[in-house]
Amino acid sequence: MFTYCVDHDTLGQLAWLSCYLTTGVHMSFYLAFLKVLALLAVTAPVALGFGFLGAMAARSHFPPLAWFGKGYIAIVRGVPDIAFFLFFVIALDQAFEWTRHKILCPDWPAEVRQGNDFLVCPQAKLPLGTSPEWVHETYGFFLAVVTFAIVFGAFAANVLYGGMRAVPHAQLETAEAYGMTQRQTFWRVLVPQMWVYALPGLSNLWMVLIKATPLLFLLGIDDIVYWARSLGGTKTAQFTDYPHGDWRMWYFLFLLVFYLAFTRVSEVALERLMRRLTHGQATTGGEAMRRAAA
Amino acid sequence: MKKLILSAAALVLAAGMAVAQDKTVRMGTEGAYPPYNFVNDKGEIDGFEREFGDELCKRAGLTCEWVKNDWDSIIPNLVSGNYDTIIAGMSITDERKKVISFTQDYYPPTESAYVAASEGVDLKGGIVSAQTATIQAGFIAESGATLVEFATPEETIAAVRNGEADAVFADYDYLAPIVAESGGSLMFVGERVPLGGGVGMGLRQSDGELLGKFDKAITEMKADGSLNTLLKKWFGEETVTY
Repeated sequence: MFTYCVDHDTLGQLAWLSCYLTTGVHMSFYLAFLKVLALLAVTAPVALGFGFLGAMAARSHFPPLAWFGKGYIAIVRGVPDIAFFLFFVIALDQAFEWTRHKILCPDWPAEVRQGNDFLVCPQAKLPLGTSPEWVHETYGFFLAVVTFAIVFGAFAANVLYGGMRAVPHAQLETAEAYGMTQRQTFWRVLVPQMWVYALPGLSNLWMVLIKATPLLFLLGIDDIVYWARSLGGTKTAQFTDYPHGDWRMWYFLFLLVFYLAFTRVSEVALERLMRRLTHGQATTGGEAMRRAAA
Repeated sequence: MKKLILSAAALVLAAGMAVAQDKTVRMGTEGAYPPYNFVNDKGEIDGFEREFGDELCKRAGLTCEWVKNDWDSIIPNLVSGNYDTIIAGMSITDERKKVISFTQDYYPPTESAYVAASEGVDLKGGIVSAQTATIQAGFIAESGATLVEFATPEETIAAVRNGEADAVFADYDYLAPIVAESGGSLMFVGERVPLGGGVGMGLRQSDGELLGKFDKAITEMKADGSLNTLLKKWFGEETVTY
């Protein structure tokens, strides 16, 4: 990257390090951090949405919907995350491809399942074999987001379900006494008040979600763990301009610091949000704030 | 929210359909096994197989694209169509032939070797590390030594350095540069063992046409000596040639 990097053998230590840390592979490493942040930025709201729908379904008065919501929460919460991560990515991909296969190649003679193989017609492959590599990578990322959202959505659903039930019943009865319909009560009274009860649980989930991002590595995405392992490995002078020994420890230490810093920043931000939400609420926290102000 | 997911899915479907139909051959490799294949400083796939594969594609008139994949899932992902060839220093064995087909070999049957941190380690009864799902791992499992497997070749070496294993068993060509640069802390021990039926490209069994094209290009490169030039460039002057 820097012009003095051409003579990499004669560099001083600091200059050597500056060249080493700006090689093309390191750029991929830094890009992987953006990937992780992007995953979080997309997954968190989607998972919250799944959670909200799940919680609404679970408290529905229409039994099949309630069973669906409660079943979703119970099943996903009860199965190890890692099993779901491996299952959903394969299952979603095969479900998409199978659907496309049925639509695009109705006259395909061969079986889709042949022993271990799952063979759809070439037009139904996702992404198509002819697509450029970035499409394949984006598709993999998309599957990862959906999987994360399904898993974390179930936990969020449980938290929100609890939050909704924690809103004082008197509030809802008062709303009804004023003649609000059930829908109005839900949106105008219940939902605005439930966040303060749900937030501790949700903030917990956010922390777990941050820490779960290295699971991307399991899904075959070149994330920060992949690059830390591959860059930290021993490099011999024959194949690189910057040979070094086994530096994996330093790379993983850097990941550790990154995650610690990230979770710390999240903690501070969530605490501020909690203060805002507590304001004027009929909770001990809200009461304490009222007294302090009075 | 549902809308977002649906529209994202629709986007994926649409993007898939819009792409032109001329065939790109996706070449799957590990990118962690120098000199066969590795990721260079620029972040590109490099090595003997990169150069060789690009030349094959040129001769066969194919557009090729390189894809990285972990070693332990490299065969399943070929079979399920995530890429079209495996070109990753994979030895031709009868067991693998049951699942995929191979081109003719482009690297003669390889010798595998033991590397240890000191002379006189017990290779028959000690602990030996090897990469998962390699012919070397299969050999160690039957040799009487205790096998410890790792997902990447890098980790098999690290296991010897930190004392977890007495020795590592891998392709001689992979070990040679590492031993040369270890400053005497690693050394070859014991006899070299010839293993496997040479290194070939792996393709799906249903992909006979593509296999024929690559086979023809390999034959050409063997005949005009350009394969030997490449072998010498990457594996040294005294390497076995055709």
